[in-house]
Parts: sequence; structure tokens; C-alpha cells
Amino acid sequence: MIPTLLGVAILVFLMLRVMGGDPVEVMLRGEGANVSQAVIEMERTRLGLDRPIYVQFAKWLGGMATGDFGVSMWTGHPVSQEIASRLQLSLQVAIMATILAVLISIPLGTLSALYKDTWIDNVIRLISIAGLAVPSFWLGMIIILLLLSYFHWHPPITFTPFFENPRENLSQLIWPALAVGYRYSAVATRMMRSTLLEVLQEDYIRTARAKGVFERVVVVRHALSNAMLPVVTVIGLEFAFLIGGLVVTEQVFNLNGLGKLFVQAVTRSDFTMVQALVLLVATFFIIVNFVIDLLYAWLDPRIRYR
Amino acid sequence: MMSAIPGIVEITYKVPQRRHPVLAFALQQPLGTAGLAVIVLMILAAVFAKWVAPHDPLTVDYSGILAPPSWNHLLGTDNFGRDVFSRIIYGSRTALAVGFLSSLIGSTLGAIIGVASAYFGGRTDMIIQRFMDIILAFPIIVLALAVVAVLGKNVVFGIDWNLIIAIGLPMVPKVARVVRSSALAVREMPYIDAARTAGFSHTRIIFRHIVPNVVAPYLIMLTAFVGQAILLEASLSFLGLGVTEPTPAWGLMLSGSAIDFYQQAPWMIVFPGLAISLAVFAFNLFGDSLRDWLDPRIKI
Repeated sequence: MIPTLLGVAILVFLMLRVMGGDPVEVMLRGEGANVSQAVIEMERTRLGLDRPIYVQFAKWLGGMATGDFGVSMWTGHPVSQEIASRLQLSLQVAIMATILAVLISIPLGTLSALYKDTWIDNVIRLISIAGLAVPSFWLGMIIILLLLSYFHWHPPITFTPFFENPRENLSQLIWPALAVGYRYSAVATRMMRSTLLEVLQEDYIRTARAKGVFERVVVVRHALSNAMLPVVTVIGLEFAFLIGGLVVTEQVFNLNGLGKLFVQAVTRSDFTMVQALVLLVATFFIIVNFVIDLLYAWLDPRIRYR
Repeated sequence: MMSAIPGIVEITYKVPQRRHPVLAFALQQPLGTAGLAVIVLMILAAVFAKWVAPHDPLTVDYSGILAPPSWNHLLGTDNFGRDVFSRIIYGSRTALAVGFLSSLIGSTLGAIIGVASAYFGGRTDMIIQRFMDIILAFPIIVLALAVVAVLGKNVVFGIDWNLIIAIGLPMVPKVARVVRSSALAVREMPYIDAARTAGFSHTRIIFRHIVPNVVAPYLIMLTAFVGQAILLEASLSFLGLGVTEPTPAWGLMLSGSAIDFYQQAPWMIVFPGLAISLAVFAFNLFGDSLRDWLDPRIKI
């Protein structure tokens, strides 16, 4: 866990410093402004960019150890503060998309497997393959287009936190969650179908049927519970990657979340912000992986005893 | 000869007829064949764009902006009066070029790393795998964005090669993993030991004995990633960090001012998105069928 994170940190840091653009140039000369070299040098000194790379790296790493992620090179506010103010929104969309995906994918995947090669299966498979092909940002645009022409709904300019006005908040975030969640549910549906099909071939399913267990019980208790493992993995991994889907979707719905922050940081060569965000996402991914391992042990007793 | 012995009836054994592999694929995988047909059509449209497209994709016509679909402009015009249908046709060039090149580069690099990792094993394998883990810890688009941020633009022959690297790089660890596991199984085969005993060089063993056995997973991953690469290119262009104006590209047609014309000109938004979806859908269908046909155990 720690070595991978350290690797991510070193990689991001080196890539940005060695090959990346110059944040000072972008900030002061980006609009074609005539700024003297002396001012550029002063700004560079102020941001600590004139010091050797290993000194900068040590300072950054040392800061993180004490919970200090540095100051944004663009706004001058602490990075942790900028991230914290947007985390709630992105996390909420991610969680809503996950709930949607679970609610859609598990029943659909099960139906698809139980009615294999019938029209039900074919329709569900087509829907889920399409889900992998439709860009989430375009789906978001289409959703807005439909809402606009039928309900005269427009994406609000300001974000309403959940605890201020839950109804307003949900009606605002359900659409981006749906746009991201469709692809997510497609991945999970396919996994649900293929693992359930595999499990239904197992001997213990034949045994259960032979001893006269109700088909419903066979499916729910014997087959589904055993087919859940890979589905849980996929749902977990996709959750970790959801931030990627949010990068573009937030742009469409005009949501000021982590994805938008990331795109801004990239276009502005805001080194400290990019570093912090990448590291945050990587940490999140690694933690999710760890949680999946724990869930595995809980879902499959064989792993605990091994 | 045998039938000469009395009491033994000669059994006639009919050798099953071997179909041409392409025909066999078409019969067994109708959906994949449909995907392939769409891909071939797209390639034809891209190559012969000059003749397929009714208008020039770059000609600005301020007298006919935001025109609805008509016989002259099949899919309408955009806010500069450019023909949407022609831009979509020319956009397929960008999508296919970026899609094929980036997945070819990404998968090939991944395959080389995977084979090397499996063949040399031990510490080399461990270091390579840790490095791959690091790259895998990034969401694809975040990694691509980071690479774009770091490398900037580098246009040669009208193609932004840094964009291709940005899109191809996230595929490397995935292909490396799958190829490595296939190569590991091959490495334990007796004929590899035989080749080693015969004193062949590493290069010869790798290229003559291991590589031919990992071609199937390589091809499967390659086709599967073309669709994803097209999707990723569209997303990056949409964010303004991929292909830039005036090059016609599907993602680019949806970005920027397109959002402001939702109500006046929905065709500006609907059709480029349909083009992206159809292209990715076709590659996914074909990739899936190819997997089922060549090696169903591989998880893309």
C-alpha cells in the first residue's frame, strides 16, 4: 500500500517538474500579458520553484506527513481547503451513481442470466453493451436537452447542500448520477450475468434442484450469494474510478466538484493541486481495493480459513 | 490394407470440412460480424471522406447558421454554418486514426512488457509489476489528463502524438497483465526447456516460441481498446484538452459553444454523440465476439 503510494507520488512529482509546463508562465503570461522576467523570477522564488527538485520533493513529502498538502499555485488557498469544499458534491454524485448502478445491475443481470438466449436476455445485453459505448458527457447533454424541452428544467447555477434542502439537492444531482451511473450499471450487469451463468453450472445447484428446493430459493440463496463476489469487485473498482467519469460529467452539469477542479488545475499547470488530486484518487483506489479484499473474506468464508 | 483381413468392415470416416475462418466467424458470431461491418463502413467513409461528404467540413457560411436538417444539409449546420454531416464524416478520420494508433502503441508496449516480465521472472518481474500497479492506481482519464498536462502538444503529420501517448498509456498495464499470465503458462512448457537446452538465445526463444502463443490475447485486447480509445479521445477533446479546432472531431463538436445551442439546434449535439456511440458500440461488439471466438477465458 505505502510503496505504491510513494511510487505514485514520485511519478507525479517528477513528471510535472521535469516535463510539465511552467505554472508561473501560465499564470502571468497566459493571456499574452507583457510581464518582465524579473517578476517571473520573483514569483518562482515565492512558490519555491527555483530550488532543486529533491528539495522541493522533500518539502512536499514532509508537509504531507504533517497533513499540509501545500498551497494552490493559482488561487493561493490551501489545497486541502479547495478540495474539501468540493469533495462533498463529488462524493455524493459518486454514491448516488453507485446506488443506481446496484439497483439496476443486479436485477437486470440476474434476469439476463436466468432467461439466457431469450429476447429478455438479448434486450438486456444490448442495453448493457450500449451503456459501455455511450459517452457519459453526451448522455448528460441529452438528459438536459430532454428535461429542458419537456419540463423547462435548467441546471441550477448554485449547488444546494443535502442538509440544507434534501429535495432540491437530490433533484439537482440525480441527473448527473444517472448519466454516470448508466455506464457503471452496464459494467456491473455484464459481470452479474456472466458470473451467475457460471455459478448456475455448478454441481451444488444441481444438487439443490434435485433435492426439490424451490427454484426461487435456489437462485437467491445458492446461486446469487455465490455470484456476488466478482460483482462486488467490479462495483468497488468502478467506484474508485468514478472520479474519472465525473471529470467530464461535472463539466456538462456545471457542477463545481473535484472533476472540474482537476481539469482547471491541469489547464493552469497548478502543480500542487494536480499532485494532491492525483494522490487523493490513487489513495482512494488503493483503499477501495483493500476494502474489497475485506469484503471478500466476509462474503466467502473459505478465504478466512485459508 | 486393413479391409483385406476378412471379417473387418471398413469404416468410412469423413473428414469435417474446414470452413474459411472469416466465414466461420461470420456464421458463429452474427453480432460481431455486424460490428465488423460498421467498422468497415467507417473506415471506407474515413478514407473516401472527400467523396462521401457533401460539403467541405471547414467552410464557414454565416448566411446559413444553425440550419435544421434538410436535403442540402442532411444533419443540419452548426453555429458557423458548417455542415454537421460532413464534419462527422471527416471526424471519423480523427477518431479512427487516434483510436487505432493509440491502442496499437499501448497494446504493443504492454505485450512487450508482459512477455519480458513473464520470461525473465524473479526480481525483474516484481519491479515491473509494482510499476504497473502504480499506473493502474490512476483512473484512465485522470492519467490521460495528467499526461496531456505534462507533455503538451506535439503535432507531426497532422496527428498529435502526445495525445496518442496519453490515450495509449493507460492500456499498457492492462495488456501487460493479461499477456504476462498467458506467457507464464507458456514458459513452463517443455518445448521452452528444450529450446533453452539447445542453447538458443533469449531473443530467439521469446520471438519464436513465446510471442506466437500470446498473439490471441494481444489481438483481443487491441480491438477491445480501440473503442475505449475513441471514447477517451472524445472526452479529452470535449474538455478542450484533446484534438483542437479546426480539425473535425466528434468530441470537439460537442464542446465549447455547442452547449449554448441546446434548444435552437439540438442536431448539433445529438448526431456527433450518436456517431461516437455507434463507433464504440461497433468496436465493443466486434471485440467481444473476437474474444468469444479466440479465447473466451480472457477478461478484458
